[in-house]
Formats: sequence, C-alpha cells, structure tokens
Amino acid sequence: MSIQTTTVIFYLFAALTVCSAAFVVLTRNVIYSAFSLLFTFFGVAALYVFLSADFLAVTQVVVYVGGILVLLLFGVMFTNSIMNPSQKTEVSNTLAASLLFLGVTGGVLYSFFASPGWMSTGKTLQGSIVGPVGFETMSRYVLPFEMVSILLLAALIGAAFLARFDNKGNS
Amino acid sequence: MQQLTTIGLNHYLTISALLLGFGLFAVMTRKNAIVVLMGVELILNAANINFLAFSKYNGGMQGVMFALFVIVIAAAEAAIALAIVINIFKIFKSVDVSKRDSLKE
Repeated sequence: MSIQTTTVIFYLFAALTVCSAAFVVLTRNVIYSAFSLLFTFFGVAALYVFLSADFLAVTQVVVYVGGILVLLLFGVMFTNSIMNPSQKTEVSNTLAASLLFLGVTGGVLYSFFASPGWMSTGKTLQGSIVGPVGFETMSRYVLPFEMVSILLLAALIGAAFLARFDNKGNS
Repeated sequence: MQQLTTIGLNHYLTISALLLGFGLFAVMTRKNAIVVLMGVELILNAANINFLAFSKYNGGMQGVMFALFVIVIAAAEAAIALAIVINIFKIFKSVDVSKRDSLKE
C-alpha cells in the first residue's frame, strides 16, 4: 500500500472519529448519542491500528463496543420510559462549556504545535505487538497487572451489589 | 504540505485534543447522567490515543501497557457508574444530575 493511500485512509478515519464525537455531544437525543459513540469507538480502534497497536485495537472493540457501550445502552433503556418516544436530555452552561472547549483544545494544541518539536529516538514500533505485550505483562508489569485484575473483580462485585433488587421491591 | 501528507505525532495529538474538548463539553453541559458518562469515555479514549502515539514514536512499550490498564479501569468505572445511576433513578425517578444535591432520600 502506497504512502498516499495510507494517508487518505488515515484522514477518513480521523474525520469519522472527530465528527461522530462531535455528534455525541451536540445531539440532544440520548439514543443518537449512544449509537454515535459506536462510530467513535470504531474510529479510535482504527487509529490504534495506524499506531501499530493491533492488540489494543481488538481490545478496544471487544471491551468498549462489546461491553461499555452495551452497558450504556442498558442504562439508557433502564432510566427512560420505553413509552416516551423523545428521550431528550436538557443542556445547561452551554456558553461556559463552549469557552472551556475552545480554551482547553486551543491551549493543548498551542502547546503541542508551539513546542520546538519532540525529540525523536529514531525508532518506532513496527509490526505486531501481541508478543511484546505478553512479555511485558508477565515481566515488568506483573504487579500492575495483578492489581488491576483485583480492582476489576472488586468493582464488578461492588456493581452487582449496588444494582441488586431487594425482595421488598425498593432499592 | 509535507506536514499534512506524512502522518506524524502531531496528527494524533490533534485528534486526541479534540476528543478531550468534546468530552469536557459533554460532562459540563448535559443533564442526563448517562451522557455525562459518555463524555468521560471520550476523555479516556483521548488519553489512550496520546499514550499509544507517544509509544509508537518512542519505540517503547510503556504507553501500550498503560493504555491497556486504562481500558480495564474504564470498564470498571462504567460498571460502577451505571450501578450508581440506576440506584439514583430508582430512588429519585430521574437521572438529572443538575437537581441531585442530597446523598440520601
């Protein structure tokens, strides 16, 4: 694949990601937001492939699209009446939030582009990273790996405990 | 033109800055708690893109490993937050976060 084709595909996925993320925050309909978030997650997964993080791209699709997005959709279904066709969310602080958006994004971009350039080490990640990820997980990062697994177990038990139904029917 | 046609670090940093801004916008403006959660997911994705971009152009594996841990913690956060939101809905019959200022009924 030539450099030109790769560049065009990159810009397509970047536009998909940014536009669907903008639609998530600009539409009032909660269902539209959730489904637009699907395209954002797929676009980000494609960007991970461009960053030669293929394992992370698959994990992104499995965890975010298969897990978190389904959870969010369940949340939308639970907390809105199904009979209510317009599941709109109200907005507040629009002016302040627009200023915050412009300030944060502009400031971050200015600090990126005004800096004289990142020091390059001369080498980049190439090829598949599945092997290195497994090696690092079991050598340098084995303690964070175990800690995060215990955290996930505790969080899921806590979530199931919090969201359970009583026999009495209330909370 | 050379800047635009060769994909470099700055392209990824631009995308992640935009995602961060949109996520902050959603967290600040929306009154529905679920949409606030979606904004938090956008912010986490922006951080992940930054981690992976620096890892790619650094040649090391540190960013990749931390991006993996960020994904796991995002899953835990979504589960807990959804449980809390469902509890709020059961007690107050609404998920409007701008009206909730008490910790119990």
